[in-house]
Parts: sequence; structure tokens; C-alpha cells
Amino acid sequence: MFDDFFIRALVAGLGVALVTGPLGCFIIWRRLSFFGDTLAHSALLGVTLAFSFDINIAFSVFIISSAIALILLKLQKTTNLPGDALLGLLAHSSLAVGLVVIGFLSFIRFDIMGLLFGDILAVTENDLIIIWVGGAIILFVLKLIWKPLFASTVNYELAEAEGMKPERVNAIFTILMAAIIAISIKMVGLLLITGMLIIPAAMARNISNNPKQMVLFSVVGGLLSVVMGLFGSLQINTPSGPSIITAGLILFILSLIKIKRLSQLNN
Amino acid sequence: MGLENNKFLVKLENTGVFQNNKWLVKGVSLEVEKGKIVTLIGPNGSGKTTTAKIALGLYKNIQGKVDKFTKKIGYVPQKISIDWTLPIRVLDFMLLTQNLTDDEITDALNLTGVEHLKNNNLRNLSGGEFQRVLIARAIAKKPDLLVLDEPVQGVDFKGEIALYELIKTISDKLNCGILLISHDLHVVMSATDYVVCLNGHVCCSGTPQAVANNNKYKELFGDRASTILSVYEHRHDHTHSPDGTIKRKQ
Repeated sequence: MFDDFFIRALVAGLGVALVTGPLGCFIIWRRLSFFGDTLAHSALLGVTLAFSFDINIAFSVFIISSAIALILLKLQKTTNLPGDALLGLLAHSSLAVGLVVIGFLSFIRFDIMGLLFGDILAVTENDLIIIWVGGAIILFVLKLIWKPLFASTVNYELAEAEGMKPERVNAIFTILMAAIIAISIKMVGLLLITGMLIIPAAMARNISNNPKQMVLFSVVGGLLSVVMGLFGSLQINTPSGPSIITAGLILFILSLIKIKRLSQLNN
Repeated sequence: MGLENNKFLVKLENTGVFQNNKWLVKGVSLEVEKGKIVTLIGPNGSGKTTTAKIALGLYKNIQGKVDKFTKKIGYVPQKISIDWTLPIRVLDFMLLTQNLTDDEITDALNLTGVEHLKNNNLRNLSGGEFQRVLIARAIAKKPDLLVLDEPVQGVDFKGEIALYELIKTISDKLNCGILLISHDLHVVMSATDYVVCLNGHVCCSGTPQAVANNNKYKELFGDRASTILSVYEHRHDHTHSPDGTIKRKQ
């Protein structure tokens, strides 16, 4: 009934949504949206490196994104610039450097649109393995550090005083963010990956009253977005990555109606 | 660690914090023993919270030496704000750093009188209710050391006495040590074993009686402060609780 490429796209999208759901919640709780964006922008540099040295894209993106995260931490300690300015500096300069490097690689045919917005329909079986195995590792690590990470999200000093080692789990969380960007960049693209992380989680925030519930709704919202977006794009022939994000947006708007109802009930 | 029968839970030796070209606090030595309540008093900015954080190990670079002999610590911070982006109920908050059974959660919330708020969202609590939840969370796992930074702020007067009584009860029952920060000189002195009066450094320290009679203490808080204490001590010797809610009194 469906072509193979469509099934692969679906499997890949669902795998990514399973991981972006919980991570997205933490990104919202810790106000890291722009940070995620910066890591995603830096991914372009990672992609060009992958082409230059003929290494795996996910691997090189992971390395570059982690490096950018470390540089950010370093700059925060050594300069007096506010965090958002540093993020902007890193996001746009790494994007620009990435594009400049692409200019040098004139011998390779480069699909820049595919990089920016993803090309989920070109997902290979190899990519599926990377997404599902990488995603499983990310979720497993997240489960391991869930308690200390959540505790330090609520209150850093309280967590540290009671032995939760927040500095360590924060570092691990940063690496997990770099990892999810690395495994999903090919699918949704570097301009849209932050949307995949944030929109389902934001939708979930509107309709949940405890953290676990929010994670659950965020995952369900992400899965629904993928299914709706992909089938929609097939029906009306729209680009698949943006269609998934648009589907997420529609779910978010629906969740606002629920908020309105709730606040009317309370009055 | 390693010292099996050590009665000390935490010991500060000549500790201080130097930040942004000034000393937040300097030359503080104190120790908290099992079953004892040590109270820090002093004016605003005198380094009470800083000292508590030194004891908790929250500063990376400090002068002096801190020895901690336990890892079972309950902490009630002075300020804690819950971000609106975070949906979190009292129940979830109780489990923040620890695993508790339903009974342990209920018991702890019962002790501070907020059991009925278990499923409420943290952000919808009043200041006093939130404070009670903070205390319940800190005592739920029966810690060895409790660090309480202004634990009864925002609690109504009646509740305030009850909570201080509760703190005293906890210290007796669990045989845990308590490091308490309080503005309220009245109540501070009631159950406290040892008072450290701070003003950027240790201004004076000792039993409540000794501190109240210390001239430096009188300089810092004014003469009336020591009268407050003697009045309280007098009452403490002879009579009991001012209202029916308080059953326990020594």
C-alpha cells in the first residue's frame, strides 16, 4: 500500500519523536530552547566535516555539537556577555562557518535545503539503525539521570545539598541534547529540530499537571505530529519535515482550547 | 566518614567565603552534634545563609575546613521559586531527591499539617503552606542533619510556634542534628542548645543564656533583645504552651 521509503520515514520519525518528547520537556523546564537552537545550527559545521573527511554524519554532528556546548560553558565563565548573546554568537557564527566551508567543497553536490529542513523521505536503513539504537541509548541514560536531573531543574542548591551532583547530570544532559540533534538532523533538518523538541512539549505543558504526565503527553504529541505530518505530506504533496512541525503546531493550538476550558471551570 | 561513633554531624573550622572582592563571612567555627539544635542569628547580610551553605558544601572555594560525617541531609532553603513552566504537585516535590512510600509521604505531610494539599500544584500554595511542604519534604526520610534556613517564614503565628515545636520534636525523636537560621529571637532561644551570633564573623556564641548576656549581642540587637530572652526563659521554666494545640513541652 505504501512505498518502502514512506515506511522508513514513518519508522524514523516515530523513533525521533519518542526521544524528543522527554528531552523537550527538560528543554522547556530549564529554558534551554535557544541553547538547543544553537546546537542545531552548529550541526551544519558537523555535516560539512562529515563530507570533508568522509565520516558518519551523526557522529561528526555529535562531536561538533558537544564541542560547541563546551565552548559555550567556557565562554560563560570567562566573558561578561549575557548568555543569550553568547548563544547568538555561537549559533550564527557556526552556521556561517559551515556555509563557508560548503563553498570550499565545490566538488560535492550539496543539498542545502535538505540540511536545513531535513529530508525524511531519503532515510536509509542505516539511518534507521542509528536513530533507534542511538535513541534507545539516549532514553536509557535519561532514565538513569532522571531523578538528579529533575531535582536540579527544580532547585539546584537543594539538589546539591542533598547529594544529587547536579553539575555532573547537567553536563550529561548537554551531551544528550547534542546526541538527539545528531541522530535526527538528517530527518527534520537543523532549522526544524528545535521545533520537534519544543512544540510537543509546549503542547503537553498546556494539558498536564505533573512532570511525568507532561513527558507522556509530549511523547504522544510528537508521535501524532509525525503520523499526521507524514500522511498529510503524502496526501497534499508538501515537504515532509515542515509538515510534521505544522502538525505539531496544530496540536499545540488545540491544547490551548483545553486551557481556556480549564480556566473557565476554575472561575 | 569512617568515624563510627562520632557524635558530630558537621564541623566547620575557621571557614569563610571570599567572593567579588569581599568576605561574605569569615572565621566561622561551629559544630552540629546528633540530637542538638544549633541556631544562627544575626542581622541581614551577616552571613547566616552563607554559613549554612558552607556546612552543606555548596561553595566550591572556601577558606578553612568543613568535615561532614553524614550524607543523610535534609535542607530547607531560604528562597525557592517554582517556575511556571514546570507542572509539579506536592506529591512530586516530596519525591524530589528521595524515594518514599505512600505512608512516609502522608506521615510527613501530616506532621506539618498539609496532608490535604498532597495533590495540589506547588504553584497554587500560599507562602505558609509552601513552607510547611518544604519542611515535610526535608524531614520525610528522617535525615541525620537538618539545615533549616528561615523555615517558618510566612507561616501564621500559631503555626509558627507549632512548627518550632515540631522541629524540636523531630530533633528529639530522630536524634538528628539541626542547623537552624532564624530571625525570631523569641522562638530561637526556646529549644536551642547552642546559639551562634553572626555579623560577618562570629560575634559571640554559646548557650542561649550566655549569648543573651553577652555585651556584643546587646550591641548588635539592642538591650531589649536580651530582655526578650529572659522573659521567655522564665516562662519556659514554669509554664506550658500558650494554647491547646501544643501538647509537648519540656
